[in-house]
Amino acid sequence: MRGDARRDTAFILIAGVVLIFFMPLLIDTHVLTLLIAYGMLALSLGLIWGFGGVLCFGQAAFFGLGAYTFAVAGINLGESTLPVILAVLVPAVFALALGAMMFYGRLGDVYLAVITLVVTLILFRWINSTAGPEYTIGVARLGGFNGIPGFPILNVPGRPELMIWGETLYYVAAVSLLVVFLLVTWLLRSSFGRIAVGIRENEERVSLLGFDIRARKTILFAIGAAIAGLAGALYATWAEVVTPTLFSLQQSAEIIIWCIVGGLGTRFGPILGAAALAYLKFALGQQAIIDNMFVLGLVLVLFVLFLPRGLAPELARGWHWLAGSRRRPARRRRAPRAEVSDG
Amino acid sequence: MDLAAVILVEVLYAIASLALISAGLAVVFGMMKVINLAHGEFMVLGGYATITAVGLGVNIFIAMLIVAPLVVGLFGLIVERLIFRHLYGRMIDTMLASWGLSLMMIGAFKMIFGNTTTGVSGPIPGFSIGNYQINGYNFFIIIVSVLLLVAMLAVLRGTRAGLVARGAMQRADMASAMGHSPDRIYMLTFAVGSALSGLAGAVLAPLVGLVPTAGAAFIAKAFITVIAGGPSLVAGLASASGFFGLVNQFFSFLVSPVVGDVALLVAAVILLRLLPRGITSRFFRGKL
Amino acid sequence: MAETVLETEGLTMRFGGVVAVDNVSLKLKARELRCLIGPNGAGKSTCFKCLCGLLTPTDGRVFLRGEETTGWEPHQIAALGVGIKMQVSSVMDGLSVHENIWMAARRFNDTQAARRKADEVIERLALGPIARTELGRLAHGERQRVELGIVMAADPWLVLLDEPAAGMTADEVARMGEVIREMTRSAAVVIVEHDMQFIRSLASTVTVFHRGRVLMEDHVDRVMSDPVVRDVYLGKRA
Repeated sequence: MRGDARRDTAFILIAGVVLIFFMPLLIDTHVLTLLIAYGMLALSLGLIWGFGGVLCFGQAAFFGLGAYTFAVAGINLGESTLPVILAVLVPAVFALALGAMMFYGRLGDVYLAVITLVVTLILFRWINSTAGPEYTIGVARLGGFNGIPGFPILNVPGRPELMIWGETLYYVAAVSLLVVFLLVTWLLRSSFGRIAVGIRENEERVSLLGFDIRARKTILFAIGAAIAGLAGALYATWAEVVTPTLFSLQQSAEIIIWCIVGGLGTRFGPILGAAALAYLKFALGQQAIIDNMFVLGLVLVLFVLFLPRGLAPELARGWHWLAGSRRRPARRRRAPRAEVSDG
Repeated sequence: MDLAAVILVEVLYAIASLALISAGLAVVFGMMKVINLAHGEFMVLGGYATITAVGLGVNIFIAMLIVAPLVVGLFGLIVERLIFRHLYGRMIDTMLASWGLSLMMIGAFKMIFGNTTTGVSGPIPGFSIGNYQINGYNFFIIIVSVLLLVAMLAVLRGTRAGLVARGAMQRADMASAMGHSPDRIYMLTFAVGSALSGLAGAVLAPLVGLVPTAGAAFIAKAFITVIAGGPSLVAGLASASGFFGLVNQFFSFLVSPVVGDVALLVAAVILLRLLPRGITSRFFRGKL
Repeated sequence: MAETVLETEGLTMRFGGVVAVDNVSLKLKARELRCLIGPNGAGKSTCFKCLCGLLTPTDGRVFLRGEETTGWEPHQIAALGVGIKMQVSSVMDGLSVHENIWMAARRFNDTQAARRKADEVIERLALGPIARTELGRLAHGERQRVELGIVMAADPWLVLLDEPAAGMTADEVARMGEVIREMTRSAAVVIVEHDMQFIRSLASTVTVFHRGRVLMEDHVDRVMSDPVVRDVYLGKRA
């Protein structure tokens, strides 16, 4: 098993490095950086939903919180190293509090969805209403629906004058995604991760084994929020402006769609889904005939109906097929997925 | 004194509109345990149906009270057959599919009606109490909501369909054991729920002005009202709307409408934490 | 005199107007085997749920090894070293047999020791050939066996089993009896059961529940020959 882990890590590292240098040949690095931020965001939900069974309808809240924290802290501090750390910590602490409230209250799936949705909406409403000059944190004005422009972008730690942008930002973002991916891989191999999967499978059984599922779910939820916060910081430094739309329900919906399309219960699926759909959205944005929300919605409906396990398992099978092991040609498109999200 | 009257009307209006917004969702959720996240867009569709009908020369009341529910009910029937019937028993999947539907509808509204506010003017003039101006249309909404709740109560209590519906709410398998095809019950319930959403959207359209994305504002409120209401349909609707309406108006007057909305949402979160299964799981038990 | 591992004091559970468990006082010694029997609705399953923390009793108290556990969460009770198996087979369907049992062992061991423990339990229950199979693909009897393995892996000193023999073949029931007797070498075992044949074969002390109360408590043979108990089971007298 330990040999497995080492081989897995090596494979991820090699594949990651190859992708980092290969992808810029296909897509502009500016666009790629955005896809990476979205990929990381999708990974954050993929972790808590796909492996922990916690469907959060408000992952965008943590993303937005990370981005805003990065911007506000940056304006106050004049550099970006501490803001990045805060952008991870603030959403995580927020999620700890929210998660503790929800999981210790033994709320069911649907109620969880309602509360995360509502909390996202509260943040969205509130941040939208902060246009007046009286809404400031330190010297940073929140700016309401206009958002916050002109905060310091990412810089080399300790050297505020050496800013990271353009091509360099791409490499920094790509490496951080790789690191986060490896951390998630390690987490899922650890006892904590394996027990989290057990909780997804059968909450009551795991608690009857003597594990405190409330604490474990809360912690997992916070880890997901931390990753989403980091993605938010990446997004903020890329966009150089943060606006309330980061908190919007549409943003939350997109994250869920990325996970569904990519494939739940896999690490790579959500990232793939995010990259593919964000790129599709970008491409659709170039034309005006079909509204891209329509397309996103259609994609979600079709995947839920026909391919509920997402692309990743299909791709994996395609890969095995290509590799020559044609043992199982049976097509189980609508395989039971109770283990993923039902109940 | 005048101010008190105005505040009373405002509070009643807030409560009534919450009940109206939530009725369609409550029927679908109560009977089928399906959360239709496209509920807000169903309402917007009702609004657009009204405006289109009025544009074609239909009397506005007929457009609101008849055309819109029919159009949206029919639409609900179609999407139920196309999408939701494949997903029964898979609650989360249903929610996700309905969210997809909601995005599709927003996209479609943008393509058809454009990304601008379409309005229809209120058919009832305002009047004043003392120094205060009151929108006469608010009374209409209060009346429609009360009639709606009474009608729901009457149907549930007094008709055979209501009996089957009550059975299905208690135990879905019992209704089928009694020889009623659950498939048919679900189909009709969804259509009725959709029609109610359409009615709500149509009636509220003159007040809010329609944009393709207007549904999002409704869905969250409807969602929490229904969940907070709990197992009883009418009592749940009435109690949850009453509670949230009061909270909302209290903070709206005290601070600002935005804070009122935020307070409503915060109250919902706290309420769900205290009564995870809704108000009527603890109070008004056994009522309809 | 052996230590008392489980004790209830005036345990009462009401649902609305219904008193499901009425003033029940039980006492269980270390390594004792005890069956709770009674007709449907007698309150034995409700009592069971109060013991393992799935329900909080309306009244009365529960002590485990002298510590009061009334109102504790199930996971806290399990963490004391109580192995629990519910009536409905409850396992982690998407995970392999080994993962399931490993997880149970992991609560009281580190990762490596848990793996050794899981291997050992799998060996003892002869689950080797299906160790890497997902639980969702197993037959009912096999799942029940795995669930026993999950209980055993935690080395409990008290085991609570709700209808362990339900839906099993005669062979499987016999093997289940052996496993349970083996468990009593290190743990006290409480079994809620319907199957009289099975209870007779275990030859233990039996507590008979009727209408939420304890009707009698004695060795299975004497209980079976008692006219009042027979009446209760056949429903002649209330």
